[in-house]
Amino acid sequence: MLLVDKETFEPEILKGEGYILVDFFGDGCAPCEALMPHIVSLSEKYEDKIKFAKLNTTKARRVAIGQQILGLPVIAIYKDGAKVEELVKEDATPENVEAMIQKYI
Amino acid sequence: MNEIFDVIIIGAGPAGLSAGLYAGRARLKTLIIEREKSGGQIALTSEVENYPGCLEGESGPTLIDRMEHQAVHFGAEKVLDDILEVDFSGKEKVLKGKKGEYRGKSVIIATGAASKPIGCIGEKTFTGKGVSYCATCDAAFFEDLEVFVVGGGDTAVEEAMYLTKFARKVTLIHRRDELRAAKSIQEKAFANPKMNFMWDSVVREIKGEGLVNSMVVENIKTKEITEIVADEDDGTFGIFGFIGYAPKTQIFEGIINLENGYIVTDEDMKTNVDGVYAAGDVRVKSLRQVVTAAADGAIAAVQAEKYLEH
Repeated sequence: MLLVDKETFEPEILKGEGYILVDFFGDGCAPCEALMPHIVSLSEKYEDKIKFAKLNTTKARRVAIGQQILGLPVIAIYKDGAKVEELVKEDATPENVEAMIQKYI
Repeated sequence: MNEIFDVIIIGAGPAGLSAGLYAGRARLKTLIIEREKSGGQIALTSEVENYPGCLEGESGPTLIDRMEHQAVHFGAEKVLDDILEVDFSGKEKVLKGKKGEYRGKSVIIATGAASKPIGCIGEKTFTGKGVSYCATCDAAFFEDLEVFVVGGGDTAVEEAMYLTKFARKVTLIHRRDELRAAKSIQEKAFANPKMNFMWDSVVREIKGEGLVNSMVVENIKTKEITEIVADEDDGTFGIFGFIGYAPKTQIFEGIINLENGYIVTDEDMKTNVDGVYAAGDVRVKSLRQVVTAAADGAIAAVQAEKYLEH
């Protein structure tokens, strides 16, 4: 999974092409930590169909808020730089994330 | 899974881990099934001060980490799965999870509880967009912004205090005119210059476009309605709900005796079904703390051992 930060978020995601899944997480976010291994598994399963990236929002607060993210975790799908769908907090289960991925591949 | 366990523990919070420790030490073939991540509610807490023997600067995760290592050290096995259905009708208890089926001679239910929603309009819409139930997850977003905390117990006050490290102002909104929290916590809260209080108040509606921008609060004594709007420069504010927890017992309805959703047990953690026990916040009890959950887990494990000896 590609780790983006506040410098690389724009060029990699907002100026990106095609579909990209972004895992928004943060320091001290236990639910984010619990979810991450599942997202990594999904990235291995679908890496040839969709790009996977992750952003540590603790170090990129303004970027996250700019993406209308004020709570974690969030798993979002971007298409050609625009956020097309997202799963927030309790809704971001491994099953729901996989179902969301399958909509776009 | 073909193996039959002596005891299967559902939940890896303090109750489940303590049960796992005692069952392991009793040399019982023990399986702990956890849905998401060890620790349950306490894993979200940045500061634990009242668990007897806890270290200075202890957090939920550090405490749980040691509890888990301890249980595993004494032989307890752990898997990640979500139990969807149980069958306690036979001598062998069957638990059906998303990933597999598990069989045990006895079961300890330690599924705990989940945060109760605030109960206002717009709550679900703005979850993650200003509304949160996890301060450790989301406090950083509200650095130098204003934050509101709904609740009046230990958790609400403690999390509000945690939020004062990030927000420039924290306001506790409580439906009564006095806090339920422990006196020592109350003292700290009243002394904190960033803490403010709105008494006899409930949140009726949360509004905004994209992110939270305003909310409607009602004083339930005077019926006065107040609209709180985000500071123009801030653009948004946070609302954290800590008004209590609801027990996770949906899959046991009709099988285990419940009272308001909580599992009914005797002093030995026994439920109405032989060989099935409950431990921790999921039980009907007067005090829900890490220490009482750990105590329940130990009692349940020892009772399971006695049951298996017959």
